[in-house]
Amino acid sequence: MICDDCRERDAVVNYTAVKDNNVVQLHLCEQCASERGVETTVSTLPKHPLGEFLNQVQQQLIASPSDGTKCNFCGATMADFRATGRWGCARCYTQFENGIRELLRRVHGHSRHIGHTYRAPQNETLERSAVLGELRERLRRAVDNEQFEQAAELRDRIKGME
Amino acid sequence: MDLSLLPDGGMGWLDASGPNSDVVLSTRIRLARNIEGYAFTGRARDGERLRVLAQTRQAVEGVQSLSGAVTYRIDELPPTDRALLHERHLVSKELAGLDPQHPLRSGAAVVLGEHVGLMINEEDHLRLQALRSGFALNEAYADLDRLDRELGARLPYSYHNEFGFLTACPTNVGTGMRASVLIHLPGLNLTKEISRVLTSLQQMGLTYRGLYGEGSEVVGNFLQISNQTTLGRSEEDLLDLLLRVVRHVVAQEEEARRVLLRDAGYIIEDKLWRAYGTLRYARSLTFDEAMKYLSGVRLAVGLKLISGLSVYTLNKLLIFSQAAHLASAEGRPLTESETNLARARYVRKALDEEAGSVG
Repeated sequence: MICDDCRERDAVVNYTAVKDNNVVQLHLCEQCASERGVETTVSTLPKHPLGEFLNQVQQQLIASPSDGTKCNFCGATMADFRATGRWGCARCYTQFENGIRELLRRVHGHSRHIGHTYRAPQNETLERSAVLGELRERLRRAVDNEQFEQAAELRDRIKGME
Repeated sequence: MDLSLLPDGGMGWLDASGPNSDVVLSTRIRLARNIEGYAFTGRARDGERLRVLAQTRQAVEGVQSLSGAVTYRIDELPPTDRALLHERHLVSKELAGLDPQHPLRSGAAVVLGEHVGLMINEEDHLRLQALRSGFALNEAYADLDRLDRELGARLPYSYHNEFGFLTACPTNVGTGMRASVLIHLPGLNLTKEISRVLTSLQQMGLTYRGLYGEGSEVVGNFLQISNQTTLGRSEEDLLDLLLRVVRHVVAQEEEARRVLLRDAGYIIEDKLWRAYGTLRYARSLTFDEAMKYLSGVRLAVGLKLISGLSVYTLNKLLIFSQAAHLASAEGRPLTESETNLARARYVRKALDEEAGSVG
């Protein structure tokens, strides 16, 4: 949208004013808005303050010694991180641990997680869930084929496992 | 695409039934999670993403929180349907493949249940989300936490003892949680208090975005307020901060509305009725215009200057007056000018249905 005043620059401010008992709404660029005495801090804040900040931090990590290091799982390097702002995989967090600690401190003000802890399910649980999934599928098929005796047996086995 | 198959038509969050729903449209919380053994989505190969999808779908089978949920393979949908899901706030722009920087990925999918859902192969393997009408942070988090525990017991999440839940972007690591409240602040805008409020939000460690999240513009005085950081504070602390600050912002918005009514009553009343008049009779409306006038009418209903019009209707208009929804209703692609005509027609018809009781 073009500025209603200068008709040149892009409008970034929604300006509402009461003039002669009429409410007028104008779309203004930053310069024209400030000429009208409008505080433009809100609109001029970067859209992703964090993103901009991240950029700066990434710039500072340019000379980091771990620059040539590749993640041994996904093959990502610090250069990849700088280009995308994203890590390649969970292993990168261990691989580039020292740089990451500093980065997290700058981004979050902390580098240590406080909050819900987590333990990945043991294989047994995963296997159980896979077996349950299969039994449920067989139950569905048994019901579809009107094999009710078999369905009842499967239902009991599922109940027992749950 | 038939979205009526969704548990609540994907519209439950718009029904204006929640607390403070004249100011707060909806509450949304998401958790970013990744599955062990795969590169993050952006670096993964197609085969890996498809395995993430298959493993997740299998795990979802046994998850109570998602019983009755509908799964859409986003990567198999035409662009119009993807846009429809995005306009309904059910998938992100990135997952829908509508962001020029992130082309559509194979394995992109979404699971939509009642109040909770799951995006698969977004920036992180999993984005769990909960959505509630009105200002309902605790309720939304309770739903989401339950889903997270159920799913985390069936899938091995990537978790680090020091850094917490590991995410592709370092801005999400730790809790992986972004809690946000979609809020309508026309009063603070009209009284020019909005800059001050938004600046203080940032000092409190919160941030704001437009209607469609990251990178979207603020239109129609609709903003999403959310926590900025995800690491070093517990989920409960982050939610509590957002809860207290938003409660304060709601109070300030209500105060601004009282002041407007007291000091400029007839000017405001005239302006808002004009907004209603424009929506009732305009023959062509751009999206920004529609948002601006809907914002005005929403304020008028909140101030009880216009009665007989439901907030639900206005919320629905926000969604259904968007380009992909209009094209879907017309059953064909529309040019920009055709979209503006269709939008005006749709808005007129919706308001006409309630016009008998409006006064």
